[in-house]
Amino acid sequence: MALPDPLTSQHRYIPNASEDVREMLDVIGVDSIDRLFDTIPDAVKLDRLLDVPGPWSEIETRRWFRALAAKNKTAADHTSFLGGGAYAHYQPACIDQLLLRAEWLTAYTPYQPEVSQGTLQSIFEYQTHQCMLTALDVANASLYDGSTALCEGVLLAERLHKNKTKVVIAKSVHPHYRETVRTYVQNLGLEIVEVGWKADGRVDLTELRGATEGAFAVAIQSPNFFGVVEDYDAIVEATEGLTRIAVVAEATSLGILTPPGAHGFDICLGEGQAWGVPPQFGGPYVGFMVVRDALKRHMPGRLVGETVDVDGRRAYVLTLATREQHIRRGKATSNICTNEALIALAANMYLSLMGKEGLREVALQSMQKANYLRNRLAQIAGVELPFAGPVYNEFAVRTPFLAREILADLEHEKILGGIALGDFYEGFNNDFLVAVTELHTREQLDHFVAALSAAIARERR
Amino acid sequence: MTTEPKMNREGLIFEHSKKGRRGYKLPALDVPDQELAIPASLVRDEIANEVEVSEVDVIRHFTRLSKLNVSIDAGLYPLGSCTMKHNPRINEEIARTPGFAQSHPLQPDHQVQGNLELLWWLEQTLKEIFGMPRVTLQPVAGAHGELTGILMVHKALAKSGNARKYILIPDSAHGTNPASAAFAGYEIKELKSNNRGTVDLSVLEAAVTEDVAALMITVPNTLGVFEREIKAMADILHAKGAYLYCDGANLNAYLGIARPGDMGIDVIHSNLHKTFSTPHGGGGPGAGPVGVSERLVPFIPTPTVERRDDGSFYLDFGHPDSIGRMRAFNGNFNVLVRALTYMRSMGPDGMRRIAQIAVLNANYIRARLKGSYHLPYDAPSLHEVVFSDKNQTAKDVHTLDIAKRLMDYGFHPPTIYFPLIVSGALMIEPTESEPKEELDAFCDAMLAIARECDERPELVRTAPHTTPVRRLDEARAARQPILKWNPAP
Repeated sequence: MALPDPLTSQHRYIPNASEDVREMLDVIGVDSIDRLFDTIPDAVKLDRLLDVPGPWSEIETRRWFRALAAKNKTAADHTSFLGGGAYAHYQPACIDQLLLRAEWLTAYTPYQPEVSQGTLQSIFEYQTHQCMLTALDVANASLYDGSTALCEGVLLAERLHKNKTKVVIAKSVHPHYRETVRTYVQNLGLEIVEVGWKADGRVDLTELRGATEGAFAVAIQSPNFFGVVEDYDAIVEATEGLTRIAVVAEATSLGILTPPGAHGFDICLGEGQAWGVPPQFGGPYVGFMVVRDALKRHMPGRLVGETVDVDGRRAYVLTLATREQHIRRGKATSNICTNEALIALAANMYLSLMGKEGLREVALQSMQKANYLRNRLAQIAGVELPFAGPVYNEFAVRTPFLAREILADLEHEKILGGIALGDFYEGFNNDFLVAVTELHTREQLDHFVAALSAAIARERR
Repeated sequence: MTTEPKMNREGLIFEHSKKGRRGYKLPALDVPDQELAIPASLVRDEIANEVEVSEVDVIRHFTRLSKLNVSIDAGLYPLGSCTMKHNPRINEEIARTPGFAQSHPLQPDHQVQGNLELLWWLEQTLKEIFGMPRVTLQPVAGAHGELTGILMVHKALAKSGNARKYILIPDSAHGTNPASAAFAGYEIKELKSNNRGTVDLSVLEAAVTEDVAALMITVPNTLGVFEREIKAMADILHAKGAYLYCDGANLNAYLGIARPGDMGIDVIHSNLHKTFSTPHGGGGPGAGPVGVSERLVPFIPTPTVERRDDGSFYLDFGHPDSIGRMRAFNGNFNVLVRALTYMRSMGPDGMRRIAQIAVLNANYIRARLKGSYHLPYDAPSLHEVVFSDKNQTAKDVHTLDIAKRLMDYGFHPPTIYFPLIVSGALMIEPTESEPKEELDAFCDAMLAIARECDERPELVRTAPHTTPVRRLDEARAARQPILKWNPAP
């Protein structure tokens, strides 16, 4: 392929045309654009165009991407009961409209506060919501997601206990989160001890107590991966002296469940996707982290604080930056720079719109509907509930048959029935996780009951 | 009594709260009350002080707040190393396609063939751009990609018997580089730049001992200067069994002109929110895919996306030497969708033109400003140019003042006080998105400020004068941190 002449090739995203280019080259004092690249040795220069598709018009782009999207079977055309750390809740229409405002969408990190007060004030509000929801003192501006928030939480706790290297993590914490932690700490000399669960699906307190010797931190998730709500007080009682981390993977649960801070947890962190962010195949989401006041100077990521300008007007600014990589470099509390600001903004909008009453009602409806479905499913002959502990909006179901086969049956009924637990835990091949939110109607729940009954009956034949 | 413009006094959302206001409505609960679903001891009291506002309150609040921000849609945003380019709206539209947006990350492969095909194509495209055999799409930001890359280097070296101890990093590097290397388990040794701002081969040669795992380098470096000896650097490292890591933040400078793989680079991350136009959103989300050379392929994160002979796609968890999973689920999928949309919109000639015009624009600014602002490193630069405040300090006007004064002229300032090897750095990256008129307006503003520094330095020292708020007391924010709203007692 011959290389195109930069004077004549043109693209709609790149304004300067040949006349501009010529004038600019004159000012620079070179006779061609190629001369500007003389410092790149010929030996590493590409003597051809990249072999990639395009350039496409919007018409061609729409055609190709829509065809791809149409190959997916999703909640857009099925009834979905998928959760496992990503939940479809109500998304108020105005949020996405507001997010598309250029001033939110196309601004950079608010390094220059005089021209970034919108972003800075919004982050300050987001931090405030997080503190209220978790009953803790200081929240950061966001982390990548729930799994990496747990990594950062473990590393924060490790900094508080200089001579200890063992962290205890419940096996009922999201499997992807635990895997991610193992990746993050693989060269840092930390030992991860995992503790199991009892028959009701809650953390095994005896095992937990036994694991605390020499440990610096404990991380449990509530509701845990099986949807079971943990007994925070019992966990706190069993983990004297450890930094206690509560992981929340279903953020709407904070609207109804007692907040970790009120029970003596030091850190609450997790995944904020449930606050009205679409599942979008796993990202972008928003990791949150809230800590006791005493830990604030150990916090990873950006923090926004209140101050005044020279005229005494209240204003907001990135602060306590000496913790961060651009100042502290190799000694920073984290390497994070770009975070999930726009998703944190969406969360701020969601939390504000729903407010005190709405957050409770979303949680209450999700919980009531999930428990309605759980109770009805339990009445189907052959269906068992493997865990008897209290659940918020997600629960495990067991049938006498392979979960994969039951789920395939349900898919024929346009139901995405759940997540096969056998993909994550040995010995659970007949179990799957079912999640319910305020979006489900009673009709959909009843249809699920009928479809699962029929699937089991079919498998029996 | 003075009255301030209302726009400058938008209160916090919590200050708009009034008991009884509502911003939402749900359908009535249509299932029978499930008594004692959870014990009363697990049910919280009301969320103290949470807001009660209407939808109107929310829309007005966030619209008014937004007006306190500047944005790339409104004009040049010349932050060096940040590549603030145009964010096409077709990318936003495609990302919102229900089949993508409503797809769930734990669906079985057969239900998400469209997503997997998209990810596969994105990897193929990045492989060609990088000139490398494999790319992981899991990392969700540049720093996340750096950590991923260095963890791979560590694992590869450990597998051959010795993970080694040090990562070499030039003094001009981004702060994330040493931070990421430290989190991957390494100590940092800093390399001094020469008077071109690049790394001398002799300095590198002396530094690469048997203890060195890798060199992390930015190409072109943070002065916008290309490391001419990049291939020789790779050879020095490879001869000692070490790796060459490239921070791809500045890929915009040579997109389609040269490829990291052809330079001998072993591992590179690309900030898709820079080079490939996914919007910054006030600080994220991003995506930081990582390309690797053949030697590092066995160590990439799991799962990967693979294509079967029959044209179907699947997630492959079977990489026994993988460093593991870098994040839950599949990375920032809907950022990746935007990036591939952009790549298809640009095509091969468009990608090349990105680098050509980005470099042209930066050199045009350099040519117009070099008479008035000091150029601490005179070496030819590519996509960005770094000036200093040396000519202005005589009047006791400094980089910070110049940056703030630019706001009065309607421009976002450049990156300032970075790279650290330049005292009072002003790091300007216009990108290819800027038309000549916008570049001229920016240069005119910079030249006017240079004159002001001579004639009316106080005006510059006290800038900005026209922004929603003026200079902030940042020391106070750090000394007495107020990190959340507290209701009046």
